[in-house]
Amino acid sequence: MSVLDRKLLRDLLRLWAQVLAIALVMACGVATIVTSVGAYRSLDETRSAFYDRYRFATIFAGATRAPLSLGESLARIDGISAIELRIAKSVILDIEGMAEPAAGIVISIPDRGEPSVNRLYLRSGRWPDPARSEVAVLESFAAAHAMVPGSRFSAILNGRKRDLTVAAIVLSPEYIYALGPGDMVPDPRRFGVLYMPRSAIEGIFDMDGAFNDLAARTQRSARLADVTERVDALLKPFGGTGATDRVDQMSHAFLDNELIQLRSMATVIPPIFLFVSAFLVNMILTRLVALEREQVGLMKAVGYRSLEIVWHYAKLTLVIAAIGIAIGSIAGQLLGDGLTSLYADFFSFPFLMFRQSADLYAIAGAISAAAALAGSARAIWSVARLPPAVAMRPPAPTRYRSRTGDGRATVQVSQLTMMAMRHLLRWPVRAVLTTLGISFAVALLITALFSFDSVAYMVDTVFFRTERQDATLSFVSSRGPDALQAAARLPGVLRAEGFRATQVVLRNGHHRRRLMITTIPTNADLARVLDTDLIPVTPPPAGLVVSEHVASLLHLSVGDRMDVTLLEHGGRRAQARVTAIVQSYVGLAVYMHPEALDRMIGDGPRISGVRVALDASRLPDLYSAIKSTPAIGGIALQAVSRTKFRETIEENIGIMTSVYAALAGIITFGVVYNSARIQLSERARELASLRVLGFSRGEVSGVLLTELAVVVASAQPLGWALGTAFSWSVVQGFDSDLFRIPFVIERSTFAVASLVVLAIALLSALIVRRRIDGLDLVRVLKTRD
Amino acid sequence: MSHWNTDGDERILHARGLTKIYRSGEVDVFALRGVDIDLYRSEMAVLLGPSGSGKSTLFNILGGLDQATSGQAWFRDLELTACSEHQLTRFRRDHVGFVFQFYNLIPSLTAWENVALVTEIAPSPMPPDEALAMVGLQERMGHFPAQLSGGEQQRVAIARAIAKRPEIMLCDEPTGALDSKTGVLVLEALSRINRELGTTMAIITHNAVVRQIADRVFSFRDGTIVEAVRNEHRLEPSAVSW
Repeated sequence: MSVLDRKLLRDLLRLWAQVLAIALVMACGVATIVTSVGAYRSLDETRSAFYDRYRFATIFAGATRAPLSLGESLARIDGISAIELRIAKSVILDIEGMAEPAAGIVISIPDRGEPSVNRLYLRSGRWPDPARSEVAVLESFAAAHAMVPGSRFSAILNGRKRDLTVAAIVLSPEYIYALGPGDMVPDPRRFGVLYMPRSAIEGIFDMDGAFNDLAARTQRSARLADVTERVDALLKPFGGTGATDRVDQMSHAFLDNELIQLRSMATVIPPIFLFVSAFLVNMILTRLVALEREQVGLMKAVGYRSLEIVWHYAKLTLVIAAIGIAIGSIAGQLLGDGLTSLYADFFSFPFLMFRQSADLYAIAGAISAAAALAGSARAIWSVARLPPAVAMRPPAPTRYRSRTGDGRATVQVSQLTMMAMRHLLRWPVRAVLTTLGISFAVALLITALFSFDSVAYMVDTVFFRTERQDATLSFVSSRGPDALQAAARLPGVLRAEGFRATQVVLRNGHHRRRLMITTIPTNADLARVLDTDLIPVTPPPAGLVVSEHVASLLHLSVGDRMDVTLLEHGGRRAQARVTAIVQSYVGLAVYMHPEALDRMIGDGPRISGVRVALDASRLPDLYSAIKSTPAIGGIALQAVSRTKFRETIEENIGIMTSVYAALAGIITFGVVYNSARIQLSERARELASLRVLGFSRGEVSGVLLTELAVVVASAQPLGWALGTAFSWSVVQGFDSDLFRIPFVIERSTFAVASLVVLAIALLSALIVRRRIDGLDLVRVLKTRD
Repeated sequence: MSHWNTDGDERILHARGLTKIYRSGEVDVFALRGVDIDLYRSEMAVLLGPSGSGKSTLFNILGGLDQATSGQAWFRDLELTACSEHQLTRFRRDHVGFVFQFYNLIPSLTAWENVALVTEIAPSPMPPDEALAMVGLQERMGHFPAQLSGGEQQRVAIARAIAKRPEIMLCDEPTGALDSKTGVLVLEALSRINRELGTTMAIITHNAVVRQIADRVFSFRDGTIVEAVRNEHRLEPSAVSW
């Protein structure tokens, strides 16, 4: 080992605490890159592979009832490569040991052979036999009820309770994210997908030789808009409800959403850590070089080349980076595994592996090392530039400037405070960077914590102010007003409000969106619509009430007229005016007054379902009544959704918050501890002189800690501002057609973020304080600066 | 214990049998070997000796900067060798003025502020302006250390030491980093303070010329005082040079 390398090793050992602090900050950057990019890739590639191998459809369409003979014309449409004509029906599942009914969808599969589109992955069992009331069940639902091939359960199919046997446990590219009606997060216990051979399902639903659901794959070169247009044209006479591409497919859309979030996480967080670590490396190396000045002079005097000396210090940086990369890679791997298993709870893939990619570690490592080298470049360069004779002389004393003229204090502050302030002002760039570093920590914490506020606000708005019903009953098909009275008479129903919902395409110029119009009656108390100030509004007797999100998608403002295509009514077109813009965080919400919608559709007063408030003590009676009421095709239990949503979100946010809090803690510690240590080594002599002059330990520590306190204090407002900005960008990142997060940051969040950072700063300060107490007075006075 | 010698001089600092051993690996290095010394009110004492002879170690113990291995040292009735860290801080703060070879000024404070640093915590200080005037720096008090010459910096250090009106000033190689002419200026400042304020002064030096301005001279070698001489004729600093 060369002497210089031995020196390097000793320097590293001497500076171990600072080296570790920097390496940890750097590790955070590496870990977030490895985790988020790794998770993104895992999810993206798993999804692509699953889609490809199991031939996930690119076009989806529904109809009331279309003849199978239409299949030939459909298959001839230019661009379509495979087509599957299916029967898909909502059902109610009656699971033993579960009081509330579960919602389900039953989908037909060919009697023999696999579907040509949306194939199923057979996890266990065998394909169901058409003659034996057998079904294949989606794995998430089967797992939630401990079903295995051979298990039996009941379902209300077309109003009749039937016993079904599980023949197979399957996974489908169509239900990677299986969301039940009325739910905001998946609840596999209450939502299941069943696959039944066509010949069995045909008889049950009276769909012989017919289909009501279409899934098709298109050629890569196909123009989806043209294909959907032609599909629509063919299905129109049969109650076609409009074809869509994958963008509107629920499972796909949720996955997309998740991928976008992961990508934004990979682009926002790591740069913060790389910036902070580059800054820390710069700080520590600048100081090290300043201390080593005379040795550098000597090395040059005895004949070392500048390049050799530069390389010596660059190696120090690289070793720190290597430690950081190693820690970060291990942490990233662990976090990646954790994130992947979190996905496994949410998304049903036949396989999901956290993918190891060497290039990722290489990229993360290279970026980190480059950031560290960039940070230390100036310090290293200053070494190379010094002529040996100059380097061997002690540096000139630091120049300070007085702002008061004759040097006498005009303001009444102690000389100790004056020392602290002058020192801060002497290195404004460093002070600003330190402040910025700490403010990043505050900002990260706010970014992590604000989601609690936003979600609390969202839950309050969605579940307690708008969707206040305990359950929503959907009818198999729309019914007359007397159905409302019938529903109100169901056991345990305290209040019932009917609603009508219909699929439409709204068009404003070239902006168009497929969505559902729902009615809200006058004096509605269960489901309400809130304006942007959260005040309940009743949809006026004419026109549409649209949510802010829909208004911005379609570029609408109050008074604008738009085109409404009624998909469930033969694609008939109507005109409507926007009468109000309201708040909504879930889906694409558009509301109408019941009379207005009835008038637009023109088939008299109808309702599609009923929202109900329930007496909790009579739930079992209600559930059994629902299970034996053929007209009720589905039930969404908002009360259960609410709890499930809270649990899921709180668990996810809880994990995220702990990770961010740990990261913020590391940044704070890294910045504060290093700043204090460097100040201490720069000013040890000065501080020891104060001790000699008779200042107490407390007073001397005060000089250093005052500076830190000023920096940490001024980092708070900056951190709040940055945190607000980061949180805002997170909210933007979450913004999708599925849901939006309100931008709400409570004051307590700012306070908690600041308190955490202050506590960590205090801890670092106390560690440094111990060192100040241990200053060697005699030795310090004997040496020259 | 008596604080007066036979000539009626008040004893300020004294030590008996002071020993200091530094452990360096397996070897014990004796920095002080049982030193006895008495310093009296208003006297100018010079501690002379080559480097490593123990004078700085004695200085550090008498100034409350270091602990003795054995033996005792007193400031009046206060036994320094039995003091706690806190008591030693108090002692330095209230009674001792230090002057160091490398000045030990705070670079971020002006000359005036460096002096005020001490007057803020001293019980009955003189105004910083007055202390700076005594060392002839009234015109330079707005300057930072980096803007002052070595001699000027050392005079600021002296002003800082006297501003608290200490009973004793301990000066460790005050002219060590200065040329002869500047060194004389510094010695003049010290001598004047000794005369005008009656401050007891102990100056450590390896410069034998400085002995001529002292009342008494202690010569150090190998951790002991080998000679203590009283000068019958103390010279003015202006009369010496090296």
